[in-house]
Amino acid sequence: MLGLSMARLFASAAASPTIKVEVLPYKVHRIEAPSNVVETNVEELMGFYKLMYKMRRMEIAADMMYKAKFIRGFCHLYDGQEAVLTGIEAAITLKDSIITSYRDHCQHVSRGGSIVSLMAELMGKQEGATKGLGGSMHIYNRKNNFYGGNGIVGAQIPLGAGIALAHKYKGEPNVCITMYGDGAANQGQKYEALNMAGLWNLPAIFVCENNHYGMGTAEWRAAKSPNFYTRGDYIPGIKVDGMDVLAVKNAVAFAKAHALANGPIVMEMDTYRYHGHSMSDPGSTYRTRDEINAMRTERDPIERVKKLLLTNGVDAADLKKIDKEVKKEVDDAVEQAKLGKIPPLAWLWRNMYMAPLGAGMRGVLPDEYHVPAFDPSYKS
Amino acid sequence: MLPALARTARHHGLFTKAGVRGFASQVSEMTVRDALNSALDEELARDDKVYVLGEEVGEYQGAYKITRGLLQKYGPDRVKDTPITEAGFTGIAVGSAFAGLRPVCEFMTWNFAMQAIDQIINSAAKTLYMSAGQINCPIVFRGPNGAAAGVAAQHSQCFAAWYSSVPGLKVLAPYDSEDARGLMKAAIRDPDPVVFLENEILYGQAFPVTPQVLDKDFVLPIGKAKVMREGKHVTLVSFSKMVGYCLKAAEQLAKEGIDCEVINLRSIKPLDRDTLLASVKKTHKIISVEEGWPQCGVGSEISAIMMELAFDELDAPVLRVTGAEVPMPYAANLEAAALPQIDDIIKAVKSIA
Repeated sequence: MLGLSMARLFASAAASPTIKVEVLPYKVHRIEAPSNVVETNVEELMGFYKLMYKMRRMEIAADMMYKAKFIRGFCHLYDGQEAVLTGIEAAITLKDSIITSYRDHCQHVSRGGSIVSLMAELMGKQEGATKGLGGSMHIYNRKNNFYGGNGIVGAQIPLGAGIALAHKYKGEPNVCITMYGDGAANQGQKYEALNMAGLWNLPAIFVCENNHYGMGTAEWRAAKSPNFYTRGDYIPGIKVDGMDVLAVKNAVAFAKAHALANGPIVMEMDTYRYHGHSMSDPGSTYRTRDEINAMRTERDPIERVKKLLLTNGVDAADLKKIDKEVKKEVDDAVEQAKLGKIPPLAWLWRNMYMAPLGAGMRGVLPDEYHVPAFDPSYKS
Repeated sequence: MLPALARTARHHGLFTKAGVRGFASQVSEMTVRDALNSALDEELARDDKVYVLGEEVGEYQGAYKITRGLLQKYGPDRVKDTPITEAGFTGIAVGSAFAGLRPVCEFMTWNFAMQAIDQIINSAAKTLYMSAGQINCPIVFRGPNGAAAGVAAQHSQCFAAWYSSVPGLKVLAPYDSEDARGLMKAAIRDPDPVVFLENEILYGQAFPVTPQVLDKDFVLPIGKAKVMREGKHVTLVSFSKMVGYCLKAAEQLAKEGIDCEVINLRSIKPLDRDTLLASVKKTHKIISVEEGWPQCGVGSEISAIMMELAFDELDAPVLRVTGAEVPMPYAANLEAAALPQIDDIIKAVKSIA
């Protein structure tokens, strides 16, 4: 699966010559900044390139499928923000936990899920990541410690602190990465979670993906202080160029070590989403097209890695080959997902309770009662 | 034998012609508080994934002393005092349950849980379904529910109806000490989120308990009501403190030749429709009694079920005795008028008996 292959890539990082890259210096709060010189190599960068390009093509495909009405309801896309998640995954393992908001398509893939199962879920098919029962906002992978996929802004923040508590309680050397946006960063429950994480020294890393707009509201209109990395007050914070996967990876590795030794830390990833908040939002009524284009030209995360690869001896033709392969993989996944089957009606009555106790749940009509069997395989 | 025990023994039909002495060695007395405390203690000892959190549960020994002694016995990792931040600590508890721990999350009263209701419903109740069976939430949310005495409007609401409408939750309401022990242990061992509605007035009330109830593996089945008193003329169905009022009303009515069957729901979700239907088949008349507000209350659900599933069995309309549709007033006489009293239950029965 994707996550494992990434681990293998990084494990063999000693294979080719080390490349030293200077990233934007970190802004810090109540902590000493890690070095902003990051070591990498061509293998690692190729892995980043592939994963980020996969995420990019996937989200573009979701956009097209939504416009073609294969996807309904809400659809929140991640394109532009790929470096944040890719950098995070590079610094942690699948034994560390991730929880995020409804902008969760890419976490599915970075945590080991297939593109087919993502597309099938978006299309409401039984082959979907959550069998068609969750939809775009509710994708989970318990085996690989991905806790969703949460629809209520900010609710994932205390949940993530709780997952960190469980890691500590069980004596596991693992952290929980809790991802949320600049909109959620003003929520009261975030400060409640930070307080308890600080009191109890939880191995919790709070990652604010600051794409500068909470739906249609710019950060300066919603936050009296938009310096989110300082908003943890007594909790140390670090601001990272979220469009630079190396800066992210380096900072998250630093944060993980800190969290395991000393407790919680806040990270602010300065990033950008090319799409609007969701497919219902054109994203251009509260931002200028000039701003969006400038981001694409000057700070695109994939282009940055591409430049690094080209200046370090990789052939442009090889990269074009990867582009073509990834596009095909995504297109094939979309076509395969389209051929999937809708879930049978019986699945309405599955997995409401792990112990349903034989109790009948009422259907639409008075003579309909169904006992919701527990069967995560959905075979029955 | 203690007069109190004799009274409760009689109350629960434990007298025989042979006299009370024969029971003294078997039946002992236990308050609901001690029943809950002992259940928590035993479950903490049994499974090291179980932990308790909430305001004042540790060093203060519990706002209502339900968690007395537990911090001393199990330490601060397993009995955690939280700040007064319900949304935050409930979310933390739910997240820890997703990751495999078994938290018992105390609300000092269920009124304060409204600050955390999003985590109870959108996170705890729905995640198993949304995740297609991957992530369960073995959490117990517990605390006193409903009216206390003179605590006025913001501290007196009954939440049974709200939580019992949510698929994915289980909702329990113990009445006596047997209920408290058996249902609390069942709730903690259950892999799904359980809303556990206690009652502050009942905490100090003592009830007889058998050695079986005191056994460390005593659990009651979730989803099963208990027939507290058999009768043939009318069914009284209730939960929590009102069960005691129904039993007293039944005692009075028996003197006038009206024989009431009293059902203690124990479980609001799942609701034990089978026991209610079996009772109505016998008595053909049913009255529900609750402290909560009338509109869309538990009694409304019972009425609807009786209409849909037992219409032909009914010789009288289903009646609901409920709290008055007012925010709870403070003055003692007004508070009493806002809640069902034993005489109200008797009046309701006589209107259809």
